[in-house]
Amino acid sequence: MSEGNLMELRSNAPTGPIEERWTKHKAASNLVAPANRRRYNVIVVGSGLAGGAAAATLGELGYNVKCFCYQDSPRRAHSIAAQGGINAAKNYQNDGDSVFRLFYDTVKGGDFRARESNVYRLAELSLNIIDQAVAQGVPFAREYGGGLANRSFGGAQVSRTFYARGQTGQQLLLGAYSALSRQIEAGTVEMFPRHEMLDLIVVDGEARGIVTRNLVNGKIEAHTAHVVVLATGGYGNVFYLSTNAKGSNATAIWRAHRKGAPFANPCFTQIHPTCIPQSGAYQSKLTLMSESLRNDGRVWVPRKKEDCDKDPRSIPEADRYYYLEERYPAFGNLVPRDVASRNAMYVCNDGLGVGPMVDGQRRGVYLDFADAIKRLGEQTVRERYGNLFEMYERITGESPYETPMRIYPAIHYTMGGLWVDYNLMSTIDGLFVGGEANFSDHGANRLGASALMQGLADGYFILPFTIGNYLGTKRNFKEIGDDHPAVKDALNEVTDRIKGLMNAPDPKHAPEYYHRKLGAIMWDKCGMARNKAGLEEAIEEIPKLYEEFKRHVKISGSGESFNQCLERAGRTADFFELGLLMCKDALAREESCGGHFREEHQEEGEAARDDENFSYVAAWAWNGESGSQKLIKEPLSFEYVKPSKRSYK
Amino acid sequence: MSDKTFKMTLHVWRQSGPNDAGKFERYECPEVNPHMSFLELLDDLNERLIADGQEGIAFDHDCREGICGACGVVINGVPHGPQRRTTTCQLHMRQFINGPHEVWVEPFRASAFPIIKDLTVDRGAFDRIIQAGGYVSVRTGSAAEANEIPVPKKIADRAMDAAECIGCGACVAACPNASASLFTGAKISHLGLLPQGQPEREDRARKMVAQHDAEGFGGCTNHNECEAACPKGISVDFIAQMNRDFLKSMLTAKDDVPNRK
Ligand SMILES: Cc1cc2nc3c(=O)[nH]c(=O)nc-3n(C[C@H](O)[C@H](O)[C@H](O)COP(=O)(O)OP(=O)(O)OC[C@H]3O[C@@H](n4cnc5c(N)ncnc54)[C@H](O)[C@@H]3O)c2cc1C
Ligand code: SF4
Ligand code: FES
Repeated sequence: MSEGNLMELRSNAPTGPIEERWTKHKAASNLVAPANRRRYNVIVVGSGLAGGAAAATLGELGYNVKCFCYQDSPRRAHSIAAQGGINAAKNYQNDGDSVFRLFYDTVKGGDFRARESNVYRLAELSLNIIDQAVAQGVPFAREYGGGLANRSFGGAQVSRTFYARGQTGQQLLLGAYSALSRQIEAGTVEMFPRHEMLDLIVVDGEARGIVTRNLVNGKIEAHTAHVVVLATGGYGNVFYLSTNAKGSNATAIWRAHRKGAPFANPCFTQIHPTCIPQSGAYQSKLTLMSESLRNDGRVWVPRKKEDCDKDPRSIPEADRYYYLEERYPAFGNLVPRDVASRNAMYVCNDGLGVGPMVDGQRRGVYLDFADAIKRLGEQTVRERYGNLFEMYERITGESPYETPMRIYPAIHYTMGGLWVDYNLMSTIDGLFVGGEANFSDHGANRLGASALMQGLADGYFILPFTIGNYLGTKRNFKEIGDDHPAVKDALNEVTDRIKGLMNAPDPKHAPEYYHRKLGAIMWDKCGMARNKAGLEEAIEEIPKLYEEFKRHVKISGSGESFNQCLERAGRTADFFELGLLMCKDALAREESCGGHFREEHQEEGEAARDDENFSYVAAWAWNGESGSQKLIKEPLSFEYVKPSKRSYK
Repeated sequence: MSDKTFKMTLHVWRQSGPNDAGKFERYECPEVNPHMSFLELLDDLNERLIADGQEGIAFDHDCREGICGACGVVINGVPHGPQRRTTTCQLHMRQFINGPHEVWVEPFRASAFPIIKDLTVDRGAFDRIIQAGGYVSVRTGSAAEANEIPVPKKIADRAMDAAECIGCGACVAACPNASASLFTGAKISHLGLLPQGQPEREDRARKMVAQHDAEGFGGCTNHNECEAACPKGISVDFIAQMNRDFLKSMLTAKDDVPNRK
C-alpha cells in the first residue's frame, strides 16, 4: 500500500433478493475440474471447527492440503471446550423459527454492525451443518421419538439450539476431526501437529505460504502453497485471564496483519457474565459456567459492605441486593450478557463484591439456587444443572446446593478479526480467514450458540467453495521455490525475532509476568466499560510495558528444542501490539454498541449506538509500525433489518 | 474450606529428549494454595525456575477445563492423580491438604507413547488409530435431512457415553499391559451403536484394532484399571463391544489389513 493512498474495501457481497444471493453467487463462480485440483496446494492453519472442517472438505475435493495446529493433535483445538450448543433454523419445534428469523436475530443481536449478506448465508447454511454433523455420527441429544432435541439458549424466543450434553463443541469437533482423519488416511491432507505458524509469505500481493516453527525440535520451516487459510481462533487471551484455552493466540492473524491484511473491529470483544471468579494471583485461566444457570439462579450481592465477607446464608433477605431484578424488572436475571456483566462490575466497584480478595478487591457476585431448590426440589435442580454444580465444586470446593455460587464476568469471545470479503478472503489475494479469526458475521456482539455455527459454515460450506472460485479464476500461478527472496526474507525475519526474544539485554522475568500486567491494563481500560481517559492511558502504558518486556523477558532453554517458554514469549509479544490496536479502535469508536460500551455514550444507563456516524466496519491497515495503523471504513447498509434500539428496561 | 497454604515437595521426572536418560528432580513448593490447580502449581514452580535461569518443566495442557485431553501426568503412581474422574488440570490442591505432601510426578509411560521431554509424551498413535477407521465416510454436503435418521434416545445416550472420551491416554498409562483398548473400544462403540455407523461397522473394528496392535499397545486382560483411571468414566463394557465387533469382522473378512505407521 502506498502512503496516503488507502486501499478500498470491497465486500464483494452480491446484491438482489437476499435469499437468492448465495445461490446466485455460487452459480456465477468458476470451478476447478476434479483432475486439476491435486495440482493446487492449500495450507490450512488451524484444526478447530473452521480449520478442521475446511481441511477435510478441501482434501475430499481433491486438493493437496497441509493442515497445521499447535497442539499435539488436531482433536484438541479450542473448539472442543464449547459447551452450550449450536444454532440452526430447522424449526423442528414448530415454534415459528425460520432462516429469516435466525438472520434477523443475528443482525439485531450484533447491534447492526455486521453485513446482511454474510449473516443471511450463515442462517441458510445452519441447516446443512446439522445434517452433516448427524451423518457423521455426532450424538446430539434426542427426544423419545428419536428426533433431535432442541433448547432455547441465551434468551432466544425460539428453541433452535442443538446440543450434545454439555459438550457440544467436543462432539462437533470430533466429527470434523473424524472427517479430517479420513482424509489424512486417504493421503489428501498432510497433518502437522505441534507446528506454530509464525509468519505469512506474501509474493506480489498474494499469500503464497507460511513459516512455521516445529515445536518439538525448534526447526523453522517454510511451506509454500497457492492458497493460505487462517482458522486460528480468537484473541481473548490478550486479557491474560479468559475462558480460552491457554495456547489460544493471535500470532497467525497478527503476522498476516503486519503483512498487509487489515484487522477489523479489534475492540469488539464479548464478556460472559457467568464465569467462576479468580481465586488468587496464581490463576491461569477462567472457567465458564453455562449461561443456562441464570434461568433459575438469582443474582445478588449484600446491600452493606460489612456483609461482604460473611457467610451468605446468614445474610437476611432484606439485606440482599438483587440488583438485576431491581434494575430490570422485565428481564430480571435474564438480561443480555453485556448488561449482566456490566452490572456485576458496577456493584463490585461500589465495594459490594464477594469472595476472596485478589489484589485488594473482591470480584464476585452470588448466583443463588436456594429459591429454585425450594420451588423445584433438589432433584429437579440436580437434573438441570448437576454436572455444572459438580464442575463448580471441583474448582472451588463449595457445593452450590448448600451455598450460593460465586460468579464474575470474563472474556469469552472476540468478534473482531481479520477483515474478509463475502468470499472470506482478506485484502491479500489468496489469504482466506475462517471461524473466530475473521471479523465477519457477529457484528458487535455474538449470540450464544452461533460461533460453532459460523465456524462450521465457513469450514464445510463456504471456504471450499470460494477457494475453488479463486483458484478457478486465477489459474496462472508463478512457481515459488524455497529460494524465492520472499521466502528467505520471511524465514530470516522469524529467526531474527526468535533470537531477539531469546537474548533480551537484561533478562529478569518469565513472559507471564508481563502478560499478566498487559491483561490487567486491558481488563481495566478496554474491558466491560471503556472511556476516553482510560483508553488514552492504556495507549500510553502498553508501549512502555512492551519496551520493558523486550528488555527484560527471560527465556531459559534454547530456541532449537522443545521450549514452551519461548512459545509463550512470542505470543505475548504479539498480544502487546494487538492490545494497543484494540485500545485505539475502542477510542475511535465514539458510540456504544454490542460488547463495546463507552461510558460517555449512554442514555439512561443503556448503550447509545450512533448509526449516523458509526455504521461501519473499522478495518485497520498496518502502516509500518505498531500503533500507527490507518483506519479504513467499510460502510454498512441495512435493507432487510432496520436498525432499532435495544432496550431491556 | 481452609485457605491456609501448605508446603509440598515434588519429585518431577526430567528428561531433555526422547533418547536422553531421565531422572527425578526434587523441588520445594513452600506455599501451596489449596485453591490452585495442580497445573497452576507447576506454572508457579516454572515461573520461579525460569526467573532463576533454569528450564521450566515441559508438560502438555491447553483447555484446563478437563475436555481437550492434552494434560495428564502420573501423580504418585496414579494417572491424573488421586481424585476420581478428574483430569490433571481440574485436580485442585485442596485434595492434598491432609497429604501426601511429598509427591512423584511422571509422564504417561508406554512404549507407544515415546517421551518428548519431561512430562510430555507423543500420543500420535491415538490419531493413527482413528485414521485407520474411526469415522463415518460421508461426503461434505451429501448428508440427508437430519431428522430422517431417527435414533432412539437410549441408543443416542449410550453412544454419547462412549463419545465422551477425551483421548488423554490415562487408560494406557494405568494398564499393566499398556493397552489402549478403552480408547479404541470407545470410538468403535460410539459409531457402532448409531445407525450412521452400521455400513462400516465391522470394517472399522477390524482396521482400528489392527492399528492398535501395530502401534505396540498391549492386549486387554481385564484388569479394569483403565476405567478407574479414566477421567470421563468410560466403561469397560465398550471393550467388550469392541471385541464382539472385532470377532464378527474376523469371521466375515477375507482381505488382510496392511499395517501402517
Ligand atoms: C468455554 C467456551 C465455551 C463456548 N461455548 C460455545 C457454545 O456453546 N456455542 C458456540 O457457538 N460457541 C461457543 N464458544 C465459542 C466457540 O467455541 C469458538 O468461537 C469456536 O470454537 C472457534 O472455532 P475456530 O475453529 O475458529 O477456532 P479454534 O477452535 O480456536 O481453533 C484454532 C486452531 O488454530 C490453531 N492455531 C492457533 N494459532 C496457531 C498458530 N499460530 N499456528 C498454528 N496453529 C494455530 C490451533 O491449534 C487450533 O487448531 C465457546 C467458547 C469458549 C471459550
Ligand atoms: S478412554 Fe478415558 S482414559 Fe482413555 S483416552 Fe479416553 S478419556 Fe482418556
Ligand atoms: S488441559 Fe485440557 S483436559 Fe486438561
